Amino acid sequence: MSEVFDLIVEHPFFAGMTHDQIRIVAETGALVSYHEGQTIFTEGTSALGPLLILDGDVALEMQTPGHGPQVILTLHSGDFLGWSWLYPPYRWTYDAHVHSDTEGIWFDGPKLKNASEVDPALGYELMKRFTEMLVNRMQSIRIQLLDVYSTPR
Amino acid sequence: MHPVPCRVRSVVRELEDTFTLDIEPPESDWGFAPGQFTMLYAFGVGEVPISISGDPNDPSRLVQTIRAVGPVTDALTSVSPGDSVGVRGPYGSAWPTGVAEGGDLLIVTGGIGLAPLRPAIFEILEHRDRYGNVTLMYGARSPSELLFADELQEWRGRFDLDVLITVDHGDQVWRGPVGVVTSLINRASFDPESAVAFVCGPEIMMRFTIQDLERKGITDDRLYVSMERNMKCGIGLCGHCQLGRHFVCKDGPILSCAAMSDTFWTREV
Repeated sequence: MSEVFDLIVEHPFFAGMTHDQIRIVAETGALVSYHEGQTIFTEGTSALGPLLILDGDVALEMQTPGHGPQVILTLHSGDFLGWSWLYPPYRWTYDAHVHSDTEGIWFDGPKLKNASEVDPALGYELMKRFTEMLVNRMQSIRIQLLDVYSTPR
Repeated sequence: MHPVPCRVRSVVRELEDTFTLDIEPPESDWGFAPGQFTMLYAFGVGEVPISISGDPNDPSRLVQTIRAVGPVTDALTSVSPGDSVGVRGPYGSAWPTGVAEGGDLLIVTGGIGLAPLRPAIFEILEHRDRYGNVTLMYGARSPSELLFADELQEWRGRFDLDVLITVDHGDQVWRGPVGVVTSLINRASFDPESAVAFVCGPEIMMRFTIQDLERKGITDDRLYVSMERNMKCGIGLCGHCQLGRHFVCKDGPILSCAAMSDTFWTREV
């Protein structure tokens, strides 16, 4: 088995998937590392797949005219970064900057989607997991929007 | 039932709208348990319940942290050293620090919710050897609105306490996590079979936190929250603070989620 397989087989994201399914996913992955301060991608560039952060901290920033870059969320060890690769126009909608030295696995989005088309059971397992991640992020954004810590006058 | 006039020793401005008063206790043998509150009276204006935020191991000081959100709290946060405020109490239930002994402890809080938990943190650190992993997860609106920032920094330096802090909105210099406080739960190290959690903050933040902790495997009998309702008498007589079958002033403010299972998710109670 590959190094990527060994790294993801015990990861909670893949819990419940068969080893064969995880092996197919692992074959689309490549190990990467980034240094603190490095930019992983910027808004508007092609979104080619998700990054699983194995170690490190990544900040997602949006450029707001007049206010400069605003960090909207930070992601950490164990988190998946990115879902813009799932749907057209396949472009990142924010910048990703490395806050501390980061190691991770980039998965090839088109290959993942192709494997899912060929094996719908694999596709369903992946979609369930990415959908749960999306729902959790949306839930968090809702709480942020409520501004619950503001002074209730 | 009558407020006892007590002299304010000092006033510390914690945040733009949040102040900590150090008050001479009503009696020489005064004491309190972590999580309890007093009814503080601003003479001529009114009375409000305020959680005690000081160290329960130092009964010579009644420390209360107040956010100015209305006429009474405006008046209480405008006092000067030497002024008097009326004090009744302490009242209410306490954080069950004894129940948490022997296992891991999660303290999840947001905004000014750190103030009612601060006495419990002092108590736990005083008897640190009685607990497993202790993790404090704190969320604030922005870096400039972190309550007790110096103390948080000091606690972060300890090897026996994990302090995880996040803000909803970062700024140009903040290099820490940005996101809601529930996002920190994944980073805490705890055994869900035995861990106990103390949660305090805006009610909606507590609801989401409870859901996430239950999803992680902590049962509702080991989840404790600090509830807030409109208190008047402070001793369970007037009924203003009724929450289902509980009076928050007498049965609470600290309640287990198991005890509240019939009301926590019910609207308008």
